[in-house]
Amino acid sequence: MSDHTSILRSPLILGNKSYSDVTEDVALPLDRSPGKEWWMAFAVSSSMLFLGLAAVTYQVMTGIGTWGLNNTVGWAFDITNFVFWIGIGHAGTLISAILFLFRQKWRTSVNRSAEAMTIFAVICAGIFPIIHMGRPWLAFWVVPYPNLRGPLWVNFRSPLVWDMFAIGTYFTISLVFWFVGLIPDLATLRDRTASNIKKKFYGLLSLGWDGSNRTWLRYETVYLLLAGLATPLVVSVHTIVSWDFATSVIPGWHTTIFPPYFVAGAVFSGFAMVLTLMIIARTVLHFEEYITLHHIESMGKIIIATGGMVALAYLTELFVAMYSGNEYERFAFINRMFGPYAWAYWIMVSCNVLSPQLLWLKKVRTNVTLVFLLSLAINVGMWFERFVIITISLTRDYLPASWDVYAPTLIEIATLIGSFGLFLTLFLLFTRILPMIAIGEVKGVLSYGRASHEAPKAEGRYVSAAHERVPGGVR
Amino acid sequence: MSRRLFIAYFKDEQDIVEATKAAGAAGHEILDAYTPYAVHGLDKAMGLKPSRLPWVCLIFGLLGATAKLWFQVWTSAFNWPVNIGGKPLASIPAFVPVTFEITVLFAGLGTVGAFFLVSRLRPGRKPAVSYDRATNDRFVLVLVERDASFDLQKTTDLFKRHGCVKVEERLEAEE
Repeated sequence: MSDHTSILRSPLILGNKSYSDVTEDVALPLDRSPGKEWWMAFAVSSSMLFLGLAAVTYQVMTGIGTWGLNNTVGWAFDITNFVFWIGIGHAGTLISAILFLFRQKWRTSVNRSAEAMTIFAVICAGIFPIIHMGRPWLAFWVVPYPNLRGPLWVNFRSPLVWDMFAIGTYFTISLVFWFVGLIPDLATLRDRTASNIKKKFYGLLSLGWDGSNRTWLRYETVYLLLAGLATPLVVSVHTIVSWDFATSVIPGWHTTIFPPYFVAGAVFSGFAMVLTLMIIARTVLHFEEYITLHHIESMGKIIIATGGMVALAYLTELFVAMYSGNEYERFAFINRMFGPYAWAYWIMVSCNVLSPQLLWLKKVRTNVTLVFLLSLAINVGMWFERFVIITISLTRDYLPASWDVYAPTLIEIATLIGSFGLFLTLFLLFTRILPMIAIGEVKGVLSYGRASHEAPKAEGRYVSAAHERVPGGVR
Repeated sequence: MSRRLFIAYFKDEQDIVEATKAAGAAGHEILDAYTPYAVHGLDKAMGLKPSRLPWVCLIFGLLGATAKLWFQVWTSAFNWPVNIGGKPLASIPAFVPVTFEITVLFAGLGTVGAFFLVSRLRPGRKPAVSYDRATNDRFVLVLVERDASFDLQKTTDLFKRHGCVKVEERLEAEE
């Protein structure tokens, strides 16, 4: 059939799938018992999670004096991790909302798992400020509620309060967006499964979806509206995160470039994480025909673009520090490049600015192993970017007498490992319980790139009903 | 009072869109179509009007914006005014970010809530109707056999010309 494919566009989904092939392929990992690879990955990730739980329990019981913070450096490892995880989430929303508005049809294979990644990353992110409060059982104090202390309300002029609202809204809307997208697929699973428990589970969650076209019409409207709402939302979230720093007067923090710089960096790091996860998932779960080289290449191109923005931001920061004539600002950047933490700065530059340049070469973009390694490098680089911005700026501010150094304690490192454990554990559970690929959306793009008269081949895997083929049907 | 439904199954999206147009032209009453994914153009073929949900979204968004802006001014300037760094009590520009977030939150939740309400989707609800493989790989068109003038053979032939793979009749108790 390959000679029938369009010369204009290559198909998004390979292997000439029929509609029911898509259903069966995506549902397959949910039916069979998890393989050895999955159990090994789960053992590693849940061990990391338990290490993190132990570390968090210890630091909550003892106090955050267990961290390496001092009078000079009040924000370091913990806030770095928070900004890192929030940034990871941004790629999911970009894929699900912004690429949807731009009608980038290739997103259908990756949006479900990218959105899941967003939700898990925001959960990981949310944990850090709560631990940082020292008394996490009072975390509800950041919410304005009528209380017996006046009522004393939160300070709505504070970026930290904005942050709470931004992340709360971001988490809620991402979750709702994800769930709305899941409903038709859950109904598909409900209708095909033989197991009674699964039928109950998927039946409960699919809300009685029957595929009515009237509902589909409203569903499409709601999806478009949510995409339209999520697009400015995702920009606002990292903008507000950057204001946590930019509204203060620390040299190296107090700049107007922060909002776009942080948003570009967030998308950049998020796509690196999507690539890391997708490359593992397509190999382990055999989704090579759905998450094709074309997908990996497209994401590589987005990484080049956003990486370019990040590099431009680094240069602009340096230029402005030099051009401003402000000696504190200038020192902050000299200190970053050549001070005691210069190694962190140069890790950041080599991972975020130099390594993505390799993606200009098509040979690299289409080499899965290389792209995987580059995505890991970018993840590391973006973690260091936040460390450089947050920690190095604080170690040496205005008064040399108050300069200090910061080093993380084992407790802090264990907490970071624990957050990766939580993220990976949630993702592994997700691949077992919910369809990792948007079944309905993939079916909608199945005919893409095939000749228009040639619809997806109709025969499914299961035995067809009694009076299937009507003879004499004119096409 | 019950009504008789005529159900035609198709294997792909072009067929059901063409068949729906033909059925509409032949004067049949189209009850609904059931498809595994959103088929573009089918809503027009069925003569469905665009959804009014964008209005719900707008109203909830405006509601969220107004309520949150009022709340911030009320808490910061009236209910318990606190002088913070000499900033004005009702510092409207500083209230913009949270107002924006709550606008999005209200608009999003309101729209989805309204969608569930009008589409009668709720946890634990059983699908109102079930057509074989309609959530997998069949595109199902449902007509109402309105009166005695409904000609089963003629309608079947019409749909077969459009690539229909199976037809079926069902008796449905009207709600």
